Amino acid sequence: MNALARLGRTGLAFFERLGRGHVFLAQMLYGLPSMLLRPRLVVQQIYSVGVLSLLIIAVSGLFVGMVLGLQGYNTLSDFGAAESLGVMVALTLVRELGPVVAALLYGGRAGSALTAEIGLMKATEQLSGMEMMAVDPVRRVIVPRFLAGMIVMPLLAAIFSAIGVYGGYFVGVGLLGVDEGAFWSQMQANVDLHEDILNGVIKSVVFGVVVTWIAVFEGYDCVPTSEGVSRATTRTVVHSALAVLGLDFVLTALMFGDV
Amino acid sequence: MSQDGEQQSLVEIRGLRFVRGTRAIFDGLDIDIARGKVTAIMGPSGTGKTTLLKLIGGQLRPTAGTVTVDGQNVHRLRRGGLYSLRKRMGMLFQSGALLTDLSVYDNVAFPLREHTDLPEVMVRDLVLMKLQAVGLRGARDLMPSELSGGMARRIALARAIALDPMMIMYDEPFTGLDPISKAAIVELIDTLNEALGLTSIVVSHDVQETAAISDYIYVLAEGKVVGQGTPDELRASPSEWVRQFMQGLPDGPVPYHYPATDYAEDLLAGNG
Repeated sequence: MNALARLGRTGLAFFERLGRGHVFLAQMLYGLPSMLLRPRLVVQQIYSVGVLSLLIIAVSGLFVGMVLGLQGYNTLSDFGAAESLGVMVALTLVRELGPVVAALLYGGRAGSALTAEIGLMKATEQLSGMEMMAVDPVRRVIVPRFLAGMIVMPLLAAIFSAIGVYGGYFVGVGLLGVDEGAFWSQMQANVDLHEDILNGVIKSVVFGVVVTWIAVFEGYDCVPTSEGVSRATTRTVVHSALAVLGLDFVLTALMFGDV
Repeated sequence: MSQDGEQQSLVEIRGLRFVRGTRAIFDGLDIDIARGKVTAIMGPSGTGKTTLLKLIGGQLRPTAGTVTVDGQNVHRLRRGGLYSLRKRMGMLFQSGALLTDLSVYDNVAFPLREHTDLPEVMVRDLVLMKLQAVGLRGARDLMPSELSGGMARRIALARAIALDPMMIMYDEPFTGLDPISKAAIVELIDTLNEALGLTSIVVSHDVQETAAISDYIYVLAEGKVVGQGTPDELRASPSEWVRQFMQGLPDGPVPYHYPATDYAEDLLAGNG
C-alpha cells in the first residue's frame, strides 16, 4: 500500500508540474507581443544566449563536418561514389545533425546558464522584488529570454551546418582528393530548398522553443536554494537533451517518413 | 491619505488564516496598521512574519480572512488593480533583492523606467535625490556585488521610495548588520516616515531597535497576536510570554528545549 501511495504521489507531482509548465508556456506566449515595444531587452538576450554560444557551435560544427567527410569518404568510395560526398555531408547536416547537435549544445551552453541565472534571481528574491515593484517578472525577465532562444536557435543551427559543410569539404576535397567540382555541383543539385533546408529550419525552431521553455521554466520553478538551483540546472540539460532527441524522431517521421 | 482618512487604518487584517502544508502559520489574525505611523510586527523566528508581508503585498493568498489596504481587498483585486496598488507600496527585502546585473544607479532608476515615461534627465534627478536621502549618492556607479549588507539595504530603500509610495514594508531591516549600519537604518526608517508622510510596517525580532522607532507593536506567536500596544505598554505587559520576548530571556514560558521525548529515555534508546 505504501509503495502504491508513493507511486500515486509521484504521478500526481509529475502531472502537476507538467500542468504548471504548460500554464507557464501560455503566460510566455501571451506576453510575447509586449516585446514589440521593448526590443532592446530581446537584443540583450540574443547576445547572451546566441552570440556567446557561437564559438562552441562553430568549433563543434567544424569537427562534426570533418568526421562526416572522413567516414562518408570511407563508405562511399567502396561503392565508387566518392563524388557524392558533398551531398552526403550536406544532407546529414542540414536535415539532422545541424538542428539536433546545435540544440544539444545550446541546451548545455545557454540553457543551463538561463536556468541558473533565473534560479539565482529567484533565490535572491529578485523576482519577488520585481513583483512587489509591480513589474511582472515573466514579462520583464522570462519572455525576452524565451523569444531570444526562439530567434537564435535556427541561426545557430544554420551556422553549424554551414561550417560543417566546410569541414567536410576540407577533409574530402583538401585531404582525400575528392573532385571539387563534383563535391559542390552534386550538393547543389541534390539538396532541396523546401524538402531539406526548410524542414531543418522547422526542426531547429521547434528545438529552440522547447529547449528554452524547459530552461526558463526550470529556473522559474526551482526550489530557491543553492541545491535547488543546481538540481534545476542538471534537469534542464538532461530534459532538454531527451526532448530534442525524442522530438527529432517524431519530426523526422512526419517530414521524411514517406520518402 | 486625505485629512478625514487620517483616523482610519491603512491596512486592516481580519480573521487571517494561512495554511502551508498541514501547519497553520496564521490562525485568526487581526491587525490594524495606522496611517502615518510606524507599526512593528514582532515575534520569534519562524512565526511567519515575512509571510505576513507577502500576504499584505498580495504575493500569497490567505486560506481565509481578508487583507484590506487603503480600502481595497488585496486578494479580490484583479491583476491590474493589484499592480497599481503595489506601485503605492514599497517593500524592503531582507536581502535587499537588488538586481545583480544592474548598477546602483540603474537599480534605483528601475521602477521609474518601468512605470513612467519620464525623460532621462528627470530620472537622473530623481535617482540622485533618492540616493542622497539614504546617503549613498557617491555609490551610484557601484554594482550590487560591491556593496556591503548595510549599503545594499539602503540602496534597496532608495529604490523602494523611488515611486513615492504611501507605505513601506520592512522585512527584518536590522538583521545581520553591524552596529553603525543598524543605527543608520533605524535613523532612516524614522526620518523617512516623518519626512515623506509614509506608513511603515517593520517586521523584526530585534527588540531594542524596533521599540525605539515604533509607535505601536504587535507581538505574534504561533499564528496569533499574543500582545499589542505601545513599546512602553508591552514592556510592562502582564503576560509573562511577552515580557520574556521583550527582555530577551532564554527561558520562560517559551521553553529553551525543542519539544522532545524524555532525555534519559532517549539516551538509553540508542543502546538498543
